[in-house]
Formats: sequence, structure tokens, C-alpha cells
Amino acid sequence: MDTNKYWKGLDELHKEASYMELRNKEFAEEIPVEEIIADTLTKKTSGRRDFLKLMGFSVTAATVAASCKIPVKQAIPYAIKPEEIVPGLANYYASTFADGTDYCSVLVKVRDGRPIKIEGNSNSAITKGGTSARAQASVLALYDSRRQRKPTKGTGEIEWSQADNEIIEKLKSIKASNGQIRILSGTLLSPSTRQVINNFILEYPTTKHVVYEPISYSAIADANEKSFGKRVIPGYNFDKANVIVGFACDFLGTWVSPVEHTKQYVTNRKLHKDKQTMSRHYHVESRLSLTGSNADVRIPLKPSDVKRTLVALYNKIASSTGGSSAGTVTIPSKAEAAVSAMANDLLASKGTSLVVCGLNDLSCQILTNAINNLLGNYGSTIDLTNHSLVGQANDKAVNDLIGELNNGSVAAVIIYNANPAYSLPNGTAFGEALKKAGLSITINDRADETGSLTQYSLPDNHYLESWNDAEPKAGSYSLVQPTIAPLFSTRQGQDSLLIWSGKTTSYDAVIRDYWKNNIFTKQNKFSSFEDFWENSVRYGVCDTTTSSPSPTTFNGDVVTAANVIANIKSSEIELVLYESVGIGNGKYANSPWLQEMPDPITKATWDNYICLPVQYAMDNKIADGDLVSIKSGNTELTLPALRQPGLANGTFAVALGYGRTLAGRAGNGVGKNAYVFVGFDGQNFSYDGAAVTLSIAGGVHALAMTQTHHSIEGRPIVRETTLSEYKRNNAASNEDRVKEPEYAENSLYPGHEYSPLKWSMSVDLNSCIGCGACGVACTAENNVPVVGKDEVLRAHEMHWMRIDRYYSFTNPNSSLLADRVTKEKEYDHHYGSAFVTDYENVNVAFQPLMCQHCNNAPCENVCPVAATNQSTEGYNQMAYNRCVGTRYCANNCPFKVRRFNWLDYTTADSFPYNTATETLRVGMLDNITRMVLNPDVTVRSRGVMEKCSFCVQRIQDVKLQAKKENRTVGGDEVKTACQTACPSDAIVFGNIKDPNSTVSKLATNERTYHALAELDIAPAVSYMVKVRNIEEIQSKA
Amino acid sequence: MKAESIIRAPLIEGTKDYHKITEDICRPIEAKPSRSWLISITLSAILMCWGFFALGWTVWYGIGVWGLNKTVGWGWDITNFVWWIGIGHAGTLISAILLLFRQKWRTAVNRAAEAMTIFAVICAGLFPIFHMGRVWLMFFTLPYPNSRGPLWVNFNSPLLWDVFAISTYFTISLLFWYTGLIPDVASVRDRAKSKIAKVAYNIMSFGWTGSAKHWQRHESLSLVLAGLSTPLVLSVHTIVSFDFATSVVPGWHTTIFPPYFVAGAIFSGFAMVLTLMIITRKVLNLKEYITIGHIESMNKIIVLTGSIVGCAYLTELFTAWYSQSIYEQYAFMNRAMGPYWWSYWGMMTCNVISPQLFWFPKLRRNVAFTFFMTIVINIGMWFERFVIIVTSIHRDYIPSSWALYSPTWVEISIYAGTIGLFFTAFLLFAKTLPVIAMAEVKAILKTSGEAQKSAYAASHAHADIQSHGHGAYQPTKP
Repeated sequence: MDTNKYWKGLDELHKEASYMELRNKEFAEEIPVEEIIADTLTKKTSGRRDFLKLMGFSVTAATVAASCKIPVKQAIPYAIKPEEIVPGLANYYASTFADGTDYCSVLVKVRDGRPIKIEGNSNSAITKGGTSARAQASVLALYDSRRQRKPTKGTGEIEWSQADNEIIEKLKSIKASNGQIRILSGTLLSPSTRQVINNFILEYPTTKHVVYEPISYSAIADANEKSFGKRVIPGYNFDKANVIVGFACDFLGTWVSPVEHTKQYVTNRKLHKDKQTMSRHYHVESRLSLTGSNADVRIPLKPSDVKRTLVALYNKIASSTGGSSAGTVTIPSKAEAAVSAMANDLLASKGTSLVVCGLNDLSCQILTNAINNLLGNYGSTIDLTNHSLVGQANDKAVNDLIGELNNGSVAAVIIYNANPAYSLPNGTAFGEALKKAGLSITINDRADETGSLTQYSLPDNHYLESWNDAEPKAGSYSLVQPTIAPLFSTRQGQDSLLIWSGKTTSYDAVIRDYWKNNIFTKQNKFSSFEDFWENSVRYGVCDTTTSSPSPTTFNGDVVTAANVIANIKSSEIELVLYESVGIGNGKYANSPWLQEMPDPITKATWDNYICLPVQYAMDNKIADGDLVSIKSGNTELTLPALRQPGLANGTFAVALGYGRTLAGRAGNGVGKNAYVFVGFDGQNFSYDGAAVTLSIAGGVHALAMTQTHHSIEGRPIVRETTLSEYKRNNAASNEDRVKEPEYAENSLYPGHEYSPLKWSMSVDLNSCIGCGACGVACTAENNVPVVGKDEVLRAHEMHWMRIDRYYSFTNPNSSLLADRVTKEKEYDHHYGSAFVTDYENVNVAFQPLMCQHCNNAPCENVCPVAATNQSTEGYNQMAYNRCVGTRYCANNCPFKVRRFNWLDYTTADSFPYNTATETLRVGMLDNITRMVLNPDVTVRSRGVMEKCSFCVQRIQDVKLQAKKENRTVGGDEVKTACQTACPSDAIVFGNIKDPNSTVSKLATNERTYHALAELDIAPAVSYMVKVRNIEEIQSKA
Repeated sequence: MKAESIIRAPLIEGTKDYHKITEDICRPIEAKPSRSWLISITLSAILMCWGFFALGWTVWYGIGVWGLNKTVGWGWDITNFVWWIGIGHAGTLISAILLLFRQKWRTAVNRAAEAMTIFAVICAGLFPIFHMGRVWLMFFTLPYPNSRGPLWVNFNSPLLWDVFAISTYFTISLLFWYTGLIPDVASVRDRAKSKIAKVAYNIMSFGWTGSAKHWQRHESLSLVLAGLSTPLVLSVHTIVSFDFATSVVPGWHTTIFPPYFVAGAIFSGFAMVLTLMIITRKVLNLKEYITIGHIESMNKIIVLTGSIVGCAYLTELFTAWYSQSIYEQYAFMNRAMGPYWWSYWGMMTCNVISPQLFWFPKLRRNVAFTFFMTIVINIGMWFERFVIIVTSIHRDYIPSSWALYSPTWVEISIYAGTIGLFFTAFLLFAKTLPVIAMAEVKAILKTSGEAQKSAYAASHAHADIQSHGHGAYQPTKP
């Protein structure tokens, strides 16, 4: 194409020479380069040096400008900002962790749309802000990559609509042919869910709902039905009890409602100037449970003797209250002594005592009821009106269902939130029987051992994705609200049941309706339902309990019960199956946090094992980790041995909940399934007393224990006294306390200047029960890596917070009530004698240990790069990106609380393909799982030292808040993760410079001391002396 | 030239003159590498490479591939570091302190001892560098102006003092060694036949011509460096001991550590010098330069320092008892009776009991026995560092955290690798540079040579008889 010719001027048109010359130049005028660079004073032209200078400059400038790669960061703002969400600010939503028998009212911390942390809800009248390790770890389960992501039919994925159509069609045909339908569910604390199931039963009248719990309290409910005509588990008031007697009952660790019990239990055990009394706790048990380890007097007996002792106690109390004996039993002499001591104390506190029994045995429970009845405890420490709802399981009904399945009389079975193929003693047979049902459906969070066997496996929402409610105790309600949209294509089980029942309402509407019709009407605080609902959602709880207990008449048949017990034959070795504090009945087996949480007593992680009495193991030359087989009837199980002090002679104990095969990467193949030993006595599952024999299997399976030395070696790190001594002298066992100011006066350390804020922590050893919730909370809050079994085995665990557990021998020369800890001198005196080989009678002391934030910190002065240093607010801080990893700080830490990133546990280093295998394996590094990380806390890379930071991010948060509000920070305003998690309120944190803060008041308490204060390290964490409620006798050593 | 008493045993045996000395000492350099040398260096180099592989493994995967744990933060790494640093000590002592004390016998051993120092410090230095979790950030330990605040190092930390102490020590030792080498390298250059060797030695000799001015400057520089290294003999191991002494760990927190560590270092250093010299004098046929007298002198120092170390061990035990601190008492009880009892008793046997045998002149003049003892002492001194480091921290204050430690293949490989590195370097040195300081030996030939002494004695025999009435001196061969 020819273009038009335009010309700008004549010179261009005529192509004049001057124009042509200019046209070819880049710049119209000459650039005065020479003038610029020449040194005009000396020479006219530039020298070599100037040239080099300029070249150097320009090359550098060009390099800087051209070659620095600036990463492209894409920040996509909310086009329309959702209400309530401010990026970087956390919101808290009240909700409820209610899973089977676990109940905890919680606040869910949501950061940028992701739930990342569970806190206790202090508005709850039941859990009162306490949490458990399981509640803390429940947020991790949301991001469990093993969760089922789509509904499946057989092995293939299927759409929800298609599944619904098929299921409804089948259900209708079953209904038409009058076939039997069964719903087998775990405990349903939710009244609305029960309503949904009732609706379903209305639609399909041949449906029966069977409640199943792998670790059942069915016998308690049965006993109450027989005793009082009410098939419930009562509510207990440990706070009102001055004397507590536990029979094989881990009420602080796992039994019924441990968080609630712990809150109550410690209320009556707190000591201060104005309250110098505390409850006395006797504990008769076979294994050393968390609860037993906290008892003032513990009587280790094998299961058959425990049961007989219950009869003996009944007889003793009956004879003192004018009743008749239920029949004689023979019990060991030490048990007899215990019975008279317990009876004396119980009778002296009639109406304010409490006897609880954890054996799932009807006769034992009837006797327990009878004792409490004689003591007048119903209506005061035991509440049948505001009873617990966790005891819905009916073992007999479960057993009947298995029979029905086996004979093929069940047309459809819906398994909801239960895993019977794993947790029934004959789970494999159950799986076979399941195939006989025409329609089998599981509604679970994953295709587990049961879900993989049913025709349909329909994934349920996690509770953090759901609307739900809960009624843990009659009249106490709480709500569950979603905090995130479902991550996967999952649907709440209730919605499924509603759809199959032909309802068009969604489950959240059902809840609202239920609350409107049933709960709203029980209260009179709010006149409009909307206000009531708003308030209930906001606070998460609604309490409509009445305080008037209904009168009770005891109708139990004590004589028959005692007779049954008297006829129990003792075996040489009896087996106790127990629930682990961490992973529960096996449901939480895939939680790396809970698997890595050391068992409160054995301190073992990632395994179950056979606990053997120490003497037995010594006699048979069995060491920790040696593989042994136990056999009961035709059932045999090979597990590593663990020598357990405190375990009653003639007893072995194995934890349930392990040996999962389809739990997920963390839980599969961890330990062995001990449910095979669960018995069924025709009425209830039984977990205690099966006769077993042991054989040595050969081989070793190393146990990863976080603590391998169990004596405190007489060091004044944990201090304890007895109540009588404490009453005489509030500073008993803490006489060294007066020396502490001297250390400061004579200090060689220059000291630091502090701002008006100086953070300090107090830990009351008398309150701490050792449950481990603090440790899991710390892991969640501070992105503490999970390292896996192999690494724990190499003492590479990363926990910032640990609970040390020490055993001590009980003085066998003392009377039962002077059942006290041996002093170091006595130990030396009796070394090698029977005095110090009585491994059955031991006392336990717990000590939570985190960084003590020494104000004269030994770690600080040895760091060559000053990566760890003292803040102006009195805590010891770590600059992770400065740390080069010499580990001198850890060597020089007297408390050994510093944790080194030995390997790449987080993928935060810049080396590829070097992540710790074990950490990868347990699945903590999945992109989904990593959503749980707290964005306020740095993820530490390999080669860096880390440790407790006093939750510095929480301190900062409160400081910023105060600054915005133009006020000073309150003395008690900052709460650390361990503190808020603690169900026993053992941990107090605050500003010690504020005279009104709790922590500064506790500092002057006579029980307060600083561990290793004699090193003049001035720790910011203090401890308070543990007090046992026993009487002091003069030393017989 | 200073006259020396004729009753002193000669330091150079046989009939030597200046040329003979040059011939004797240059022979191994000029000869073709022997078969044994080739085998030795191959094995050493393989060991060294394996060690470097293990180091690479550590850097890639992290310190977790070692056997350390939450309680025991230092194990073989720092044990080996202190051990190597201790070995290196002898070189400095011989070149500086013995020079000041005018110990002429040092001339035969100082060159090799100084070389050993340098190689040992290189081996030692690897450990503190690679024991860091993030070794790529090791420059953080250097105080240099930076844009991070500026953020300075922590001058209170003994690890920082270590950085200064070790780097200074290495620099001074290297300069001292090299300065002494220059005249000898020039001699080698002048004798070299191949062109490459001529050029290489010429560069290394810095153009030394042996002029009076050169000698004058050489002497001044040697003096300055000797002055600088004298305090280093005491300071380096003192600072290394501060790595432990400034802590709060029972068993580490001890004021006795500086003298105890220095004595221990000299003890082990002399043992290592002897190990090397006994091999060298045999293999390179230098028995007339490194005489039994030399060996005996060094054994005397070994028995002295060994006894000092033994006293220190006993003092520690006494102090632990006397302190009445339960933690101190337990730490020492645990050393002797705890799970690592074997290392404590190994240390006691090798370091305290066995060197006492050197009180017997027969034993300290026995080459084979001395060689055996030097190995025993170095094993004992390794145990000493292991005892101090691992048995102290594995059970400190809080019994719940007590743990055990054992090394992994990686740690063992790194240690073996440093031994490979050390011998590779030493073998290269022995093949390419004069292992005995020719110039210095020549300087004492007139006074301490056997032939020279005999001649001197003969010429003065008459006068002696006349004045003192004694018989003529007959030097006896030891």
C-alpha cells in the first residue's frame, strides 16, 4: 500500500545535509560527556581513574537496577468485604465440641476465615472455660487430609443426589416390605439430632435406634434404672464432696465428663489463707490412672479385689448406719485397712461425700449407688435430675443388633458416627454380618474400618463446619455453629436423614425449631425468640437446669449384687483395658497432636503397650519395649511391655483405641487393637478383670517415651507437703523460699531494666492434674512441629510445654493416712530394702515445665549471635532468623526446655527433598493440614532453636488493643494458651509489676517458689507447693 | 654462638656438616614417592572424602542426622573440636615457649609440630563451623558492620571468643610456620632439578636469597611472631575451656578449667607430635636428628602435664564434695558410676595412671613403648573431652529430661574424615617441604652436633685435666 507523503519542513523535504546529519543522531545536541567527567582544574580530558570510577558506578547501578529480581506479590482484596472479617484480626465464635462422650463448650478462633484454635468457653456452667487435649486437637481433625471428600458407593465416588435417590428408593421398598431398619449411632448429645432420628422413625416405623459406645457406661445407666427407675448417668458434683472415693474410675482423665469433673474437683482442693481445707481423695484401682495419680490415698488392687472391696465398703458403711451386711467377702489386709479409713471419712461427711465407680459392671454400680444412698449423697453430690446425657449407650441393644444382623433379619443399617467394625470385640464378624443387610450406610468423617465395608459411605461435616446443638446434661444446652464452609463435598448426617425422611427443611431450621419449642419456653430471660437465639448463638450456651433435686428411693438389690461379686473368681493375672487420655476410644487416632502427646502417666507416645507391674517384669526379666504376648481364651495379642510403677500386682493394663487400620496416615498401624479382649457379661461390655496369661514373644519394639528417668533424685524442684503440715506452717516444705531474696541481693548478674510490664507465670502444683491439655494447646497456638515416633524415640520431640511426672515410694511403715512420700534420707537409709522395692505403692507428682523465662537467663549470655535475649518486659525472647544453631543455649538451660529443629520438620528451610521422613509420613505437612497454622507465629526452619515465648503474640495483641483504646494493659489481661486450656486453673499469667494482678498476689503466697532459684537465674515462672490431704506422722526412718 | 657444656648429650648424632644436613633433610622431597607413601596418602584421602561426604549429608539434612537430642546438644562434634585444638597446642608451645626457654632440642621437632598444629586447627575448626544448625549463616558470628540495625554479636558469649581465639591462633600459627619455612624452601629451590619444582619453590620462597638483610628481617619477623604466639599458648585453650566454664551446667561450671585445659592440651599435643615424629624419623631415616634424647625430653613434659591433669581430676572430685551442691556431687558421681562410667575410667587410666610409667628412664627412652603410650594418651584425652561434655549434660538439673547419647554413622564418619584430612595434609607436607627446620638445625650444629662436640672435647681435654683433674669427656651414645 502506498502511503501519503507528509513533510514537516522544507529541510526535510529537500534532504538538506545539516538535517540529514541531525536526523541520524540520537540526541539533537552534543552531550557534554567530556565536560562532565573531566577534572576541569587540572586537565581537559578525563583520566583513567575517572573512567574506572564512572564505569564502576554505572555497572553497579545497572546491576542493582536491572538484575534484582523483585518477586511479584499478588494480593487480591475482598471486592466486597465480608462483614466481621478484618484481615489479620481473629474472630471468636462460641461453639461446642461434642463428639460421642466428649463434651466441651468452646470458643473457636477464626483467622481470615480459617478456624485455627479452640479456647474454652467460660460461659458454660459445665466446662467453665476448661478444655481437654482432645478438644484442643479437634481443630486439627477439620484439616485431616484423610477425611472422606465425596460420598462413595462401593469403591466408586457418587454424587449426593444420586446417592439420595438410590437410598430413598431402597428405604421405601424396605418400608413397603416391612423390613427392619436399624440406626446404630454413637452417643448423640444433640436433642435436635435425636428429633431428626425420631422423624426418620416416624417415616420408617420399622426403624430402631441403637446407641453404641466402644467404651461404654451402660452399666451405670442400667444400675440407675434398677436402683431409681431412671436409665441415666447422674450428674456429679465433685466440688461439693469433702471425701471422694473412686473405684477404678478415671473421672479426671476420661470418665463421663472429665473437664467438668476437673473443674469441680480442683475447686475443693485450692488452698489459700482463707481456705485451708481440701477434699480427701481415696482411690482404689488396678492400673495407675490419671485420677489415681492425683489421689491423696491410693490403694492398688487387682480388678477382682477392687470389686470385693466395694462390697466390703458397703458392709462397713451399712453396719455403721444400721443396715445389714450384703454378704461377706475376703479382701487383702491392706484393703481392709483402707476400707475402715474410707468408711470413717465417708461417714464423717455424710451428704458431702461421693463414691464413684468406673467399672462397667451392673453389680458394682448397684453397690456404688447403695453406698451413696446410705451416705445421703443423692441430691447433694449426685444429681439425678440434671443428669448427664453421655450414657445413652446400651450394650445389650448393641449385642442384640449384632444377632439380628447375623440372622439376616435387618434389611437396612445406618451407622452414624460409630465404627463398630473396629471397636467391637468381634469387629471382623460384625463386618461379615454387615454384608447380610440389604442396605448399609455409614455416615462418618472418613471411610474407616466400618465405612469401607458398607455399600454407601457418606462423609459427614466436621463440627466446625456444622450447625448443631448439644445437651450434655439435662437442661444444659449449647450450640454448635459453623466457622468455615465445608472443605469437601460433605454433608451433615442430620441433613441426610432429613432428606431420606422426605423433609425439605434443613437441619439448622430443625435446630431453631427445637430451640424455639423446647428451650426458649424453659427460660424467662428473653421475651422474643430472636433475642434468645441471638444470645444463645453468641454465648454458645443456655442453662435451664433446676436446682431442686427430685427425691430418690433406692430399690437396688444389694444382696444379689454382692453375691455376684463374691462369686467372681480371682485369676493370677487380670487384664484392665482402659481409655487413653489422648486418643480416646480410637476416634482420634489420626490426630498427630494427640498421638504425640505423651500419655500423662507413662509418658509414652505413638503406641499402646502392655503395662506390667514392675516387680513382675523384674522377676521375669522383661524390659521396656520387650515384645510379650497376652492370651485370654483364644485371643492373643503381642505388644511391647512397659514397666508401670503403681500398677497393682497381678494386673496388666492395655490401652484401647490403638491398632487402627483405616484411620489415616498418623493413626494406621500405631499400636494394636485391644478391643478383642473386651468381654460381654450378658448385659454390659466389660473392660476389667479378664484372666490372661503372658508369654515372651521375643524381639523388641522400642517405645518412644518423652521421659525416661522417673525419680526426682531428691532435688527440691517439685515441693510437696501434707495438709496437716501446711495448716501448721503455710510455708511447709518451702522453707528455702526465704533465701530467694538473698540470691538477688548477692547476684553477680548486672540485671535488666524493665518497662512497667513484666510478665510472670505461676503454676499451682496442687491444682495441676497432669492431663496434658496445656501441651496440646501450646502446640496448636505456637505451630509446634509434630515429629513422629522415630524422632521422639531419639528425644527430638519439640513440645514447648511438657509435664514432668515423678514417682516416689510410699512409706510402708506409715499408716494408710500417713501414706506419704519418702524423703531422700529415708530412701538412702533403706536403699535396697523392701522399703524401696514396693513398686506397687507409689506416689506421683506432676510438674508442668515450660521456658522459665529466667531474668538472669543462662541461655542468653552464651549465644554468640545474641539470638536469644531478654525483653524489656521480663521474658526471654528468640529471634529465630538470627539463630545459627550452636545449641549452647539448650546445653546451658537448666530446665532443658529449649527445642532444636534437628531436621526439616516444617519444610521451612530452603533445601529441597530433605524433610524429616517421619514428619512427612504423619501428614502434618499437607497443604490442607497446614491451614491450621497460626499466622501470628513464625514457622521455624531447620537448624533453629525454639522454645516457649510466653505466647508473645498474645501479649502483643493485648498491648495493641490497649494502645488503640488509649489505656494501660490490665494485670490479668493477657492469657497464654496453656493457661486458657487448663481445666484446673493451675496456670496464672500476668504483669507482676501490677500489684493488683493475680500473679503478683500469688508471688507473696507462702507456697510459691522458683525452681532452681539457688542458681540465681531469677525465673519468671514460679511454682506453688503441692499439698496432699494426709496426716503427717513422725518419720520412722 | 653460645658454647654448650660438653657433658650434655649431643642433639645431632653422627658426623654432620651443613651440606650433610641439607642432603639428609631434602632427600625425601627429592626422591620419588615411595610405595608406602602412596598407599598412605590414598587411604587418608579416601577417609577424608568420606568425611566430607558425611559433612555434606549433615548440611543437607540437618544436625538431626547426628545422635544428639534435647538434653545432649553437643556430642562428638565438640569433643572432637576440643581434642583437635588440644593436639594443635604442642606446635605453638614448641615454637614459642621453648624458644623463649632456649630449648635447643626444639629445632628438630618444631617444623613438624607447627605443621601438625595447622592441620589440627583446620580439623578442629570444621567442628564448630559444621555443628551449627544453619552453617550457611556462620558469618553472623563475625562482628562486621551490617544493615541489620546494625546488629552486633554477643561479646559475652564464649563461643564468640572462640571465633576470635581460633582464627587468631590459626593465622599466627600459619604465619610462624611459613616464615620459618622460607629459608628452607629456598634451599630446596636451589637444589630443585625440574623446572616446575624450581618455579613453585621459587614462588613459595618469596625470592629468598639468603642475604644478610633477608636474614635480619626473617629473624625480626620470627621474633615478633614468637612474641604473638606466646600468649596464644595459654589463651586459646583457656578460651576453649570457657565454652564450658562460663555455663551453669554442673561439671562444666568450674574455675579450674583454664589451667587444666592448657595442661591437657599440651599433654595430648606432645603425644601427637611424638606419634608423628616417631613415624617420621623411622620412615624418612632421620634418627640422627630426632634422637632418643628428643623423645625423652618430650616424655618428661608428658609426665609433667599428665600429672597436672591428674591433679585437676582429683581437685574436681574434691570440689564437688566440698561444694555440698547436690547437683555438682551428682555430676561427678555420675561420671564415675553412671552409664558412661567406661569413658571416665578410660580417661583416668589413659591420662593419669599410664603416663606415670615415664618416671622410669628406661621406659621413656624406649621408642616402641613411647609410641604405644602416645596413642593411649590421645585416646585418653579424647575420653576426657567426651566425659566433660556428654556425661555432664546428659544428666543435669531436671531429672525428667535426662537422656542418653550415642553417635550415628555420620558423626563417626566426620571424625574419621578429619583424621583422613590431617594425615593427607601431613603426608603432603612431608613429601613437599622439609620436615625438619634445616636452617635452625644448622644453627645448633656447631654447639650440639656429636662430631663437633667430640672435636671440642678432644681439643680441650688437656686443659680440663690440668685444671680439674678429670678424665677426658667421652660422649656416650644413649
